[in-house]
Amino acid sequence: MTDIPLEAFRSPGLARSIAREIAAVAPDRPVTVMHVCGTHEHAIARAGIRALLPAGVRLIAGPGCPVCVCPARDVDLAMEAARREGVVLATFGDMMRVPASVGSFERLRAEGADIRVVYSPADAVRIARENPGREVVFMAVGFETTAAPIAAALASDPPLNFSVIPSLRLIPPALRFLLGKPGGRVDAFLLPGHVSVVIGRAGYRFLEVEGGAPAAIAGFEPVDILLALHDLLGRIFRGEGGPVGNLYGRVVREEGNPRAREIMDAVFAPADVAWRGIGSIPASGLVLRRALEGLDAARKLGLRGNPGAIDVRPGCECHRVILGEVEPEDCALFGGPCTPRSPVGPCMVSSEGTCRARHEYRRIPG
Amino acid sequence: MCLAIPMRIVERAGTDAVAESGGVRKNVRLDLVDAAVGEYVLIHAGYAIERVEEAEALETLDLIRRVYEAGTGEASDR
Repeated sequence: MTDIPLEAFRSPGLARSIAREIAAVAPDRPVTVMHVCGTHEHAIARAGIRALLPAGVRLIAGPGCPVCVCPARDVDLAMEAARREGVVLATFGDMMRVPASVGSFERLRAEGADIRVVYSPADAVRIARENPGREVVFMAVGFETTAAPIAAALASDPPLNFSVIPSLRLIPPALRFLLGKPGGRVDAFLLPGHVSVVIGRAGYRFLEVEGGAPAAIAGFEPVDILLALHDLLGRIFRGEGGPVGNLYGRVVREEGNPRAREIMDAVFAPADVAWRGIGSIPASGLVLRRALEGLDAARKLGLRGNPGAIDVRPGCECHRVILGEVEPEDCALFGGPCTPRSPVGPCMVSSEGTCRARHEYRRIPG
Repeated sequence: MCLAIPMRIVERAGTDAVAESGGVRKNVRLDLVDAAVGEYVLIHAGYAIERVEEAEALETLDLIRRVYEAGTGEASDR
């Protein structure tokens, strides 16, 4: 049994060598590269990748944090469920402090609601099995990466006292939306490695056909990210679009993970859904297929929902930060009234939110 | 949220398995990926979502070392 030397992808020496080559190919005009993945933002902020890039290269964060784009309406719905007698709300930890229209899961739990943090959808199903007298509602938030495990959990005969609030989002429709949006031209996309594990390089063929922008799939170690940036900046420099690059071949296959997509397809259907502060994007979300509607918590519990849900609180620029229109530091609330301890917008909540990542790893002046 | 980590399968019974990384063991599910004991898989939210291909990993590293560390300038022409 050999060890795969994965730690090499974290090698500072290798990272510096690649950064030198990036400086050699970077175009001499200002260039904007957008990533669409919270895990990328966290990795980029932590490793200080931006400081390794030439001055003209802007690396910005797009709408890649599932917690940040989850509409307040969905959070409100989960809160309504959690207030019901006998209900246990199971959620990923990232969601705990996300602002609902009023309050958050964390505040509701402090008021006595039974809200439990789980690491896996399988844990939520287990809680349901262990508590047959309670209704266990799972807040199903995530992109393709997370939709696959959630689909697997829903497909493996969960008990009758288990239901979900689906708030799943898809990356390719968001990229299409970004390309079609006027203003704020993005020169290239750094594509999310773990979404790509599920959908494959093939999932982005439309970027080649529609000739949007050069794009490359990247992993999450500093070396992975720099390799992809080198590929992208080189292509911009040479004026080539070219095929979507795959710089994360150790886990991303051409066709992705077909078994995962089969299970997702059996459980979910695409639907037009809202992204927090952005609005509706066509076919950008997943809802339960009709045969599985019995698992829909809203239907099962007769939840009313909140038609007046508030996505954006006064002064918060989160929705513009996730479109790459402004930097977190441009927001008047950043670091003042809005901090990880008392977030105003969802981008300051999750460790993957752009504002939170930027706040945590900001350079101390002097 | 899309954080996933490579771990090695050390035990398996059907779609239930135990994976290990850096001395930490976790119960994981193999509904989405078929993997044998000894293989590396990428774990996300308690599920293996893909196998990590050793040959690909080694090839990428080898390429990086040849192109970038040798300082041949070859990379600039790519």
